[in-house]
Amino acid sequence: MEFTVISLLNGLSYGLLLFMLSSGLTLIFSMMGVLNFAHASFYMMGAYLGFAISKTVGFWPALVLAPLIVGLAGAAVERIGLRAVHKHGHISELLFTFGLSYVMVELVQLIWGRAAVPYPIPAELDGPLFTLYALAFPMYRAFMMLVALLMLLVIWLLLTRTRIGLVIQAALTHPETVEALGHNVPRVFMLVFGGGCALAGLAGVIGGNAFVTEPAMAATVGSIIFVVVVVGGMGSLAGALLASILIGMIQTFAVALDWSVLSALAKVGLSVSPEFPVYRLLSITLAEVAPILPYMLLVLMLIFRPKGLLGTREG
Amino acid sequence: MSLQTISYSPINIGRWLVWLTFVALLILAPLLFSSGGSLSLLSLMGTIMIFALSYNMLLGQSGMLSFGHAVYSGLGAFFAIHAINLSASDSFYIPLSLVPLVGGIAGLTFGILFGYVTTKRSGTTFSMISLGIVELVFACSLMFPGFFGGEGGVSGNRVFGKALMGVSFGPQIQVYYLIAAWLFISTVAMFAISHTPLGRIANAVRDNPERAEFIGYDTQRVRYLMLILSGFFAGISGGLSAINFEIVSAENVSAARSGAVLLFTFIGGIGFFFGPLLGAIIGVLLTVMLSEITKAWLLYLGLFFILMVMYAPGGLASIIMMNFRLMANRLFIPLLPSMLKVTSAGLLVFFSVVMLIEMTYHLSLESAQGTTIQLFGAQIDTAQSSGWLIAAVAFIVGVAVFLRSRTSFMDAWDEANAEIERRIAGSGR
Amino acid sequence: MSVPALELREVRKQFGSVEIIRGVNLAVNKGERLAIIGPNGAGKSTLFNLISGRFGVSSGEISLNGQAIQRLAPYEINRLGLSRSFQITNIFHRLSVFENLRCAVLWSLGYRYSFWHKLSALKDARAQAEHVMESIGLSWRRDTPAGLLTYAEQRALEIGITVAGGAEVILLDEPTAGMSRSESDAAVNLISKVTKDKTLLMVEHDMSVVFGLADRIAVVVYGEVIACDTPAAIRENAKVQEAYLGSHAPDQEVL
Repeated sequence: MEFTVISLLNGLSYGLLLFMLSSGLTLIFSMMGVLNFAHASFYMMGAYLGFAISKTVGFWPALVLAPLIVGLAGAAVERIGLRAVHKHGHISELLFTFGLSYVMVELVQLIWGRAAVPYPIPAELDGPLFTLYALAFPMYRAFMMLVALLMLLVIWLLLTRTRIGLVIQAALTHPETVEALGHNVPRVFMLVFGGGCALAGLAGVIGGNAFVTEPAMAATVGSIIFVVVVVGGMGSLAGALLASILIGMIQTFAVALDWSVLSALAKVGLSVSPEFPVYRLLSITLAEVAPILPYMLLVLMLIFRPKGLLGTREG
Repeated sequence: MSLQTISYSPINIGRWLVWLTFVALLILAPLLFSSGGSLSLLSLMGTIMIFALSYNMLLGQSGMLSFGHAVYSGLGAFFAIHAINLSASDSFYIPLSLVPLVGGIAGLTFGILFGYVTTKRSGTTFSMISLGIVELVFACSLMFPGFFGGEGGVSGNRVFGKALMGVSFGPQIQVYYLIAAWLFISTVAMFAISHTPLGRIANAVRDNPERAEFIGYDTQRVRYLMLILSGFFAGISGGLSAINFEIVSAENVSAARSGAVLLFTFIGGIGFFFGPLLGAIIGVLLTVMLSEITKAWLLYLGLFFILMVMYAPGGLASIIMMNFRLMANRLFIPLLPSMLKVTSAGLLVFFSVVMLIEMTYHLSLESAQGTTIQLFGAQIDTAQSSGWLIAAVAFIVGVAVFLRSRTSFMDAWDEANAEIERRIAGSGR
Repeated sequence: MSVPALELREVRKQFGSVEIIRGVNLAVNKGERLAIIGPNGAGKSTLFNLISGRFGVSSGEISLNGQAIQRLAPYEINRLGLSRSFQITNIFHRLSVFENLRCAVLWSLGYRYSFWHKLSALKDARAQAEHVMESIGLSWRRDTPAGLLTYAEQRALEIGITVAGGAEVILLDEPTAGMSRSESDAAVNLISKVTKDKTLLMVEHDMSVVFGLADRIAVVVYGEVIACDTPAAIRENAKVQEAYLGSHAPDQEVL
């Protein structure tokens, strides 16, 4: 029972972290039609900057500074690079961000080396928030959820209550009209791209110390957020939220469970000998399969509901 | 993707000449580059050339950007290595020269299987799905060591059975010629396919999927078929890779390898049939040779790729062809001065950037080995500011000259190309 | 009374809560030329999109030669003999003019998804493509990439692609949009020539084009057909006059 509750909360916090990442990706994709392949690299950048700034001035300044720097970097990338590629079409934009992901990983390794860096959870947030019998729910996970929910609120307010949010929403479907009305659409794009990257950077600052901060972190989480976006439905923030939490839960629960077909059979009194042809298949535990579950979900979604959970547009 | 379109079709004698030259190069290459290392390089290039051509069936010809093409070549490689092992142990026999076909059939089968799911969507969504599939297969490969060999992969011995006329495929030179033969067959086949109804309709689907629907074609079916065919040839390349290296591991089905073929194909040029061939050669050279010279080789490759995407999205092939077109129209020579100016400024920027990157790499990753590095034949002390100053100044000067000479070059370039367009337009009536 | 080539029965289309097409009934006879006119935003292009399968109907029936097509995909409808052009030029910009047309004939000639036929050996495909190329007057631009043609040439190619496959029912969506007077006249001649003996359904704003080509005119206002009659009768129709002159000034020549 306590395992379920703790895992639910852990799954929720991981899912919300995924949402922080996939929401930025969805926003950028919806607004600009650009699939930012380097999005997870900005996440990595946020984590490393969080590490570096924490080391010198502390975690709390890092929480503010790192996303800002990442956001500025994103805006610069858009202004200098992406804008030049815009005229060549969406595939070129995607390829640009693809090349960028390589370069960013290499730059990070250039500066901080190839090994994981020790990015610690700040002392004041370290430790359990509460314990249920023997299992503890870390304070830091609760903090992550808080940050993610606050961020969600801020985005929602921004998009629906502010003038710039309305302009962004309009530029989504009618960029030429918006430009004719005097708004600077390229500047809006730069803002959205920078904003999306800042979100990824924020996720990095709070996720980098909860999980590991190393050059491979971008690749690990990168493909998962693609799955989130496709499963949730292209262009849908609500879908991304749903899919993030779903995948967060699935992965958190699966990793801890040792169930397999074999153990299920054993429960009903059947045992299978190792010589049986598909023994390996039957003996695979849920924990071993955990890494591929999001991708299996992707495949199933594509077969039965290609538009995604809450999809509104074709990719 | 709106690439600048150019038409430059050599007359038919030219076409025969090109194919004959290709065959001649394939046959003569190992005689020109006969060292052991060169032979391995040539063999590797051969397999990657087939892989890149198969990849371009999707990207350049059908407009499908896949991040997971290594699935088909990798699975082909796994089936091939098992076929080799089975043949060696006499439980099932297939001559080594036909093993690539095993890989091809595996690639074809998985193309049918995975393609059914992946081609349900097109465009960006398809790209994302392809990444999901390769990660799925990669993760599975670590989960089923029985077939995939776990961390160490599956190894085999390509020398089995009786040698036919002295050919045992033990020596690298024999493997090279096997690869060359399959390369030639595959190239001819893929070239032929691009000139069939399916190939041409795939181009139409690339240019305008909606319009293709309205001329009677199910675009999803078209993309599915192209993926299956592409998987077949990717599988052949995987089979050859299994023969060449005698080991296949999870890396063969990784996203990293998929990314590499994308990089190579794009750099070569996706708009021309020979682009991927060029890209494979250059890509392998860069990867193998550059990685021996500097630790920053992947950074350079990534930057090179980004610059190509931004300034030459047609790849090296399009740069070559456009210059050929200028030469054919006698507009190349007048362009030379501004071209040289831009190129030399670009080279200055290049060298200064390399200096900065190498010095930074040395400082951050190799500082234990002292502070001096060898660069372009000179010794530079990274602890001293003189090296940094030179690099910084060269960079600034180079960028300034580049930006200034770029506008006049671009103007001259655009004017020359516009002139050619005018000539084409005027020549009709 | 033979089956109409194209028939719409109580066709409705909603986007969200807005009903764009509010019960359209229309019958186009075989060999007839019907022009659809109406104020901007009346739903003319939407009707085309519904007929050609680009959108699905919310309710109602569309039949082609008696066969229901409202639930079919665009390529299925095309294979049954209906072809359409687009208001915004929709061609294969990286293929040459000839290749554009050859692609348009491949399915109808039965080559389907073949990857074993050598394209250059398909004499029938080449002949038909060249024939269409000749009739649209673009033979001299045979090898030019379609993206490099002038606007009027692209519109001509658009029409060429539409008719090349030999479809019996042709839908042309504002074929003369953006053309000058002389270009429009040339386009009318072209359309007349290539749609001889075929059923033609056309959306147009240019009245001289309409009166030059149409056997009958259907007037669509706010998603409904308010009149469908010969050109002369439409001219006199009070409802039509009100639609054009009553609530707002016409944006083209007075009827």
